[in-house]
Amino acid sequence: MARQTQTKSASKKKKASKMKTTKKKASSAQSKKKATPKPAPKLGLSNELLLQMHRLMVKSRALEERLIKIYKTGEAFFWIGGPGEEAYGVPLGLLANKGQGPKHDYFHLHYRCTPTMVALGMPMIDSIRLIMNRSTDTSTGGRNFSNHYCYPEWNVVPVGSPIEVQYQMAIGTAHVQKRHKAGAVTIVTGGDAGSAEGDFASCLVWASRPANPLPILITVQNNGWGISTDYDGQHGETSITDRGKAFNMRTRVINGNDPIESYIALQEEMEYIRKEQKPVLLEAKVSRLYGHSSASGANFVQNEDCCINMFEERLMRAGLLTEDDASQIKAEYEAEARAAQEQVRLEPSPQKETLWDHVYTDGENGDWRKF
Amino acid sequence: MANMAQAIRMALHFGETKLEVKDVFGQDTGPPLGGVFTATQGVECAWNTPLDERGIVGMALGIGLTGERCVAEIQFADYIFNTIDLLKIAGNTLWTSHGNYPMPIVLMTPVGAGIRGSVYHSHSFDAWATRLPGWKVVIPSNPLDAYGLMLSAIEDPNPVMFLKPKALLRVRGEELIPGEPDDEKKLKSMIDAPLGDRSKWKPKWPKVEDYRVEIGKGKIVHEGTDATVVTYGRHVLMCKDVAEKYAQKGKSIEVIDLRSLYPYDWQMIKSSIQKTGRVLFVNEDTEVTNFAEHLVYRCTQELFYELMARPRVLAAKNLPGIGLPAELEENTVPQKRDIERELDELLAEIP
Repeated sequence: MARQTQTKSASKKKKASKMKTTKKKASSAQSKKKATPKPAPKLGLSNELLLQMHRLMVKSRALEERLIKIYKTGEAFFWIGGPGEEAYGVPLGLLANKGQGPKHDYFHLHYRCTPTMVALGMPMIDSIRLIMNRSTDTSTGGRNFSNHYCYPEWNVVPVGSPIEVQYQMAIGTAHVQKRHKAGAVTIVTGGDAGSAEGDFASCLVWASRPANPLPILITVQNNGWGISTDYDGQHGETSITDRGKAFNMRTRVINGNDPIESYIALQEEMEYIRKEQKPVLLEAKVSRLYGHSSASGANFVQNEDCCINMFEERLMRAGLLTEDDASQIKAEYEAEARAAQEQVRLEPSPQKETLWDHVYTDGENGDWRKF
Repeated sequence: MANMAQAIRMALHFGETKLEVKDVFGQDTGPPLGGVFTATQGVECAWNTPLDERGIVGMALGIGLTGERCVAEIQFADYIFNTIDLLKIAGNTLWTSHGNYPMPIVLMTPVGAGIRGSVYHSHSFDAWATRLPGWKVVIPSNPLDAYGLMLSAIEDPNPVMFLKPKALLRVRGEELIPGEPDDEKKLKSMIDAPLGDRSKWKPKWPKVEDYRVEIGKGKIVHEGTDATVVTYGRHVLMCKDVAEKYAQKGKSIEVIDLRSLYPYDWQMIKSSIQKTGRVLFVNEDTEVTNFAEHLVYRCTQELFYELMARPRVLAAKNLPGIGLPAELEENTVPQKRDIERELDELLAEIP
C-alpha cells in the first residue's frame, strides 16, 4: 500500500520471488480440500467486500475466457481484453460514483477493462453481444471489436482502438466536472506501452497546470509489454509515475495483482482527487494472462501471476472461502457465460440498411447521394 | 459594417449568452489577445490553452462527451494536421457508439493563402475536412454568413468544422448583422480591445439578434445563364468580381457560394448546371484529390448528357507549400486571371 517506486530489476526480482512463493502456497492450498474455519485475520477490508470483489473477479475472468473461446471457435473475428487485471479493475469499478452526467465519475477506458465494467454492473451478455457483433450490442450496435464498451448511463465513454487518445479526451470531461463542483472524478486507463504516445504527456501537462488543475485519476496498467516489445525496449524512466513528479503531481505505484492493496490505494487517491480537485498519476503493476490479443494466440501465459489464484489463497487462509466455494463460484459464472453465448447465437447481426444510421444525430442524412 | 473577425466575435458572444456555450478556447484566444485574428476578443468564456493542438481537440472532445457546448480554435489550419486521428474520432464517436454519444463541438481554424503567410500560414484544409465523415464543414465568405453559420454550428448536435478564410477576416460585409450598429466606428469602439493595457477593458456588446444560415445550403451570389462557377471562401469574392466583369462583356456567369462543404447543396449546383450546361469549380486547396473533384465526378455521373462542356476544376498547384514572395504565391493559388482563363475556355468549348 505504501507509495513506492521500483527499479525494473528490483521489480523483476520481487515478481520472481513472489511467483515461487505463490506456486508453493498454491500446491499447499490444493493439498487441503477443505479450509478449516477460523477467525478472519484483518485483511484491511470487510469480509463482505472481500467476497464481493472475489466474485466479481471470477465473473470477469469467466467472461473473458468465454470471449476467447468464442473467438477460437470462429464465432468472433477478434478478441482483445483484460484477463489478469481483475484485482485492479474490479476495485476501480466498485469505487466509482456511478451515474450519468458531470456530477458523476467519467470513465475513459481502454480495451482491457472488462473487470471494471463487470464491477459497474455490466451483464455478461452485453460483452458477448459485442464480441459476436450482434445488432443487440448496446455499446456499438455490433460495429466494433470486443471490449470496446460504451455506457452513457455510467459515463463510460466509447472505448477506442487508437492507443492513448483517451488520455487526451479525459481532460475535457474533467474540465466540465470541475465546473459542476460535485467532487466527481475523471478516470482514465491505459497501458504502459501507450504512455510513450504524446497524448499521455499532454494529459499530464493539462491536468497539472497550477492555474487550473483537473480532477483526473490518470492510471497506467503496467503489464510490462507493448504487444511483443518488453518494458526495457520502451521505457527509460524507472517508473512511469516518475513522469508525474516533473509536473508536481501526486503519484503512486501499486501492486495491481492485489485487490486489497488496489482497493485501499484507489479509495485514498480518489478521495484526494474529489476533495482537492487535483490529478493523481497511479501505476498498477498487473499481469497479462492471455497475451496481447487473439492476434498473438490468446493462449494462457504460464509465467505470469494470477491475481485470482493468489486472492483465493488469502481468502482460504483467512477462512473466508473454501476450495469448494471457489469451484462453485467459477462454475456458476462459466455456466452464465455459456448460456449467454447460446442466447446471443440466436440474435441478429447488423443489416446493411443500418449502415448510415448515426452518421449524424436524429436520423439526419449523411449520404451525399441523397443531398 | 462588421468585418468577419468581429462577426465571429459577436456570434460567440451570442453563443455564450443565448446558446449555452461554456468554453471558447485555443492558443491565445483568451485575454489579453483574444485570438491572433481577434475573433475571440472580449468573449467572456474564452481562455488560453497550452500550445498543444492535440490537447485542444482532446479538450473539445471531452467537453462534447459531457454534452456541453464549446468552440475550440486551432490557430492556423497549418497546425491542425497532427490532430487528424482525433478529428476522425470526433466524426465517428456517434456512429461507433451506436448513437449513444453525440459530439456537439465546433472547431474553427483560419485557412488558405492571401496574407503572405508563407509555407506554414497558408495551408487549406477543405479537402481534408471533407474526408472526415461525421463532421459538417462550413466556410463563410462574408461577415453575415460567418455570424449565421457560427450560430448554426454551435447549436448543431454534430461536430462542425468552421473554416475561416484568413484573407477575409478583415474584410467588411455588405449586409448588417441583425442588431449591429450602422456605424462601423461605433462598433469598433464597442467591441475592439484598445492597444496597450487591456486588463480593465470589457466590451460593450451590441444587442445582436438570432440569425441562422442553414448548414448545407449554398447561395447564388451572382445570377447567370451562360456558365456556373461553384466556389467558396475567399474565392467567392474573386469569382463574383470576374462575373461582374464578364457581365460587362455580355457573358452571364452564375456564381454559387457553397458555404457548406458537407453536407453540400447539390440541388443548387444541379439546377444551375442544368440551366447553364457549363461549370467551373474554384478553390484554393491543392488540385489532386481536391474536394471539387468529387463534385465534378458527380456532375459527370448525374448530368453528363446535360453538359455543354467538360467540367473544370481550378485549384492550387499540387506543391508541398506556398512560397512567400507574391510571384510564387500568386502562381500557386488561383487568381482572377486564372479564373478568367478557365472561364474563357469553358465558354468557348463547342460540344
